[in-house]
Amino acid sequence: MTVLDVRGLTKGFTMHHLGTQMGAFEDISFALQAGEFLLLKGKNGAGKSTLLRTLYRSYLSQGGEILFHSDHGVIDLARAADVDVSFLRRTEIGFVTQFLTARPRVSAQDLVAEPLRLAGQEPTEALRAARHWLYTFGVKEELWAAYPTTFSGGEQQKVNLARALILPQRLLLLDEPTASLDVHARAALVERLGELKAQGTAMIGVFHHPGDVAALIDREIDLTPNAFQDEDRKDVAI
Amino acid sequence: MMDAPQIVKTRPLLIARNVSKRYGAVQALQDVSASVYPGEVLGIVGESGSGKSTFLRCLNLEEDPDHGSYTLDLPDVQGNLFDLDRYARRMLCATRIGIVYQNPHLGLLMKHSSSGNVAERLLIAGERRFGVLREKARDALDASEFPLDRMDAPPIELSGGMQQRVQLAKAIALEPALLLLDEPTTGLDVSVQALVLDTLKKLQQERKITMVIVSHDLGVIRTLSDRVMVMKGGQVVEEGLADQVFQDPQHAYTQQLVHAKL
Ligand SMILES: Nc1ncnc2c1ncn2[C@@H]1O[C@H](COP(=O)(O)OP(=O)(O)OP(=O)(O)O)[C@@H](O)[C@H]1O
Ligand SMILES: Nc1ncnc2c1ncn2[C@@H]1O[C@H](COP(=O)(O)OP(=O)(O)OP(=O)(O)O)[C@@H](O)[C@H]1O
Ligand SMILES: [Mg+2]
Ligand SMILES: [Mg+2]
Repeated sequence: MTVLDVRGLTKGFTMHHLGTQMGAFEDISFALQAGEFLLLKGKNGAGKSTLLRTLYRSYLSQGGEILFHSDHGVIDLARAADVDVSFLRRTEIGFVTQFLTARPRVSAQDLVAEPLRLAGQEPTEALRAARHWLYTFGVKEELWAAYPTTFSGGEQQKVNLARALILPQRLLLLDEPTASLDVHARAALVERLGELKAQGTAMIGVFHHPGDVAALIDREIDLTPNAFQDEDRKDVAI
Repeated sequence: MMDAPQIVKTRPLLIARNVSKRYGAVQALQDVSASVYPGEVLGIVGESGSGKSTFLRCLNLEEDPDHGSYTLDLPDVQGNLFDLDRYARRMLCATRIGIVYQNPHLGLLMKHSSSGNVAERLLIAGERRFGVLREKARDALDASEFPLDRMDAPPIELSGGMQQRVQLAKAIALEPALLLLDEPTTGLDVSVQALVLDTLKKLQQERKITMVIVSHDLGVIRTLSDRVMVMKGGQVVEEGLADQVFQDPQHAYTQQLVHAKL
């Protein structure tokens, strides 16, 4: 089952103050099936984060299509209305970065439970699940009811992961989610990603230590200029 | 241009179309259009004199535009609101729209008690029972995190941060469908600014009020807004999801604005 079908995607930046244009990537095409794990590779500045942000619509593309097969039909994320994108970000598309967006006066466990509550789960059940994931990623129990604004970088990242991975999504984008994690949390992350993959979540990720996720990787795309070729689709079962 | 919504079927609460306003030689607004969905927060940024406050005054039905239309999708509200008579406007504003101005003098009677300022709103809307007035005023002040032991003090005796909380309490006392905020934290000390912002964020999360907020402080806009609209010279030059406008601004003016503040 196709989750994402990217066709001829092109992204560049116009820097008006310099009067210049800078290409990030051009004419990228690939498709992603449910439960597939795609690793993005490439040197610093190759455009890995840019591609993920473009798929999430934090960046606007200059050409091409991002056809997302949502529960509500196929929609081109490159052109979808802002409200539709916001809706899909709440329900079907997740993005895990290195940084937690803490919110004033929201405890770690409430922050983690929020996606479940928004999805209609009963609050005590959502809280129970939130604590389970905080425990799994190794956040000390004393911190669960505290505000993450004062947590260490690593602790914030663990809260971030618990929140981002608590609710299985159809598509999950990962931008170096392991960068500030200890070995234990990295192992817990890999295990959770394996579970999500088995449940059908399609994933595209950039990893600081790709070795961690070696067992999950189905395909790789190298964004280093000239390395990218439109993939031949032999790997896609017909 | 993005496609029309395909998944979300809810109608926008607020639709403004081609709102224009000229003051003598100054074209303060030129065909400004905006839609805001229920529960959404629209942030407006732009240089001084770009028409932001004028637009909010139009949305608060304080100002008559030269042309344009404005609708609110509410059960008993129909047609172009700019066509309403004075009385209907006053009722609609008192019951459905709340506003917080940068300058508390515009929103408050500075020498009346703070609780009285909040209750005034309820009076206009027809509430006459003294006990209910006082209780509702207290609840609204409490929700705005105003220290209740000061609720009978006049705003003129209060700090700037507290004055903004009184304005906010007045604005939300009737659970408005739409909350308009014009530089609600500007002019406050940085630490007080953070507290007021925190209160706004809490209200937004708990009550899911639809908001339009104007601020020069991009941090404020970034913290509160779902979508952002950028104005220059009375026109909208760019709009989009908040993270997109801040991370990948398209228009030269927006790039300058974002980069200057980073
Ligand atoms: N918002 C932006 N505005 C202008 N240029 C940008 C923007 N975001 C990224 N770029 C540029 O696009 C290019 C690709 O950057 P990107 O962050 O995608 O690289 P990356 O592959 O993720 O690198 P890294 O391994 O260092 O994280 C870089 O030259 C970068 O400077
Ligand atoms: N009542 C008025 N009479 C005459 N000119 C006015 C009036 N109100 C606004 N203007 C003019 O309209 C233009 C837009 O003003 P407005 O107050 O809407 O700008 P703004 O974007 O809110 O600016 P700021 O960021 O400085 O608050 C300005 O040139 C202003 O001088
Ligand atoms: Mg990167
Ligand atoms: Mg103004």
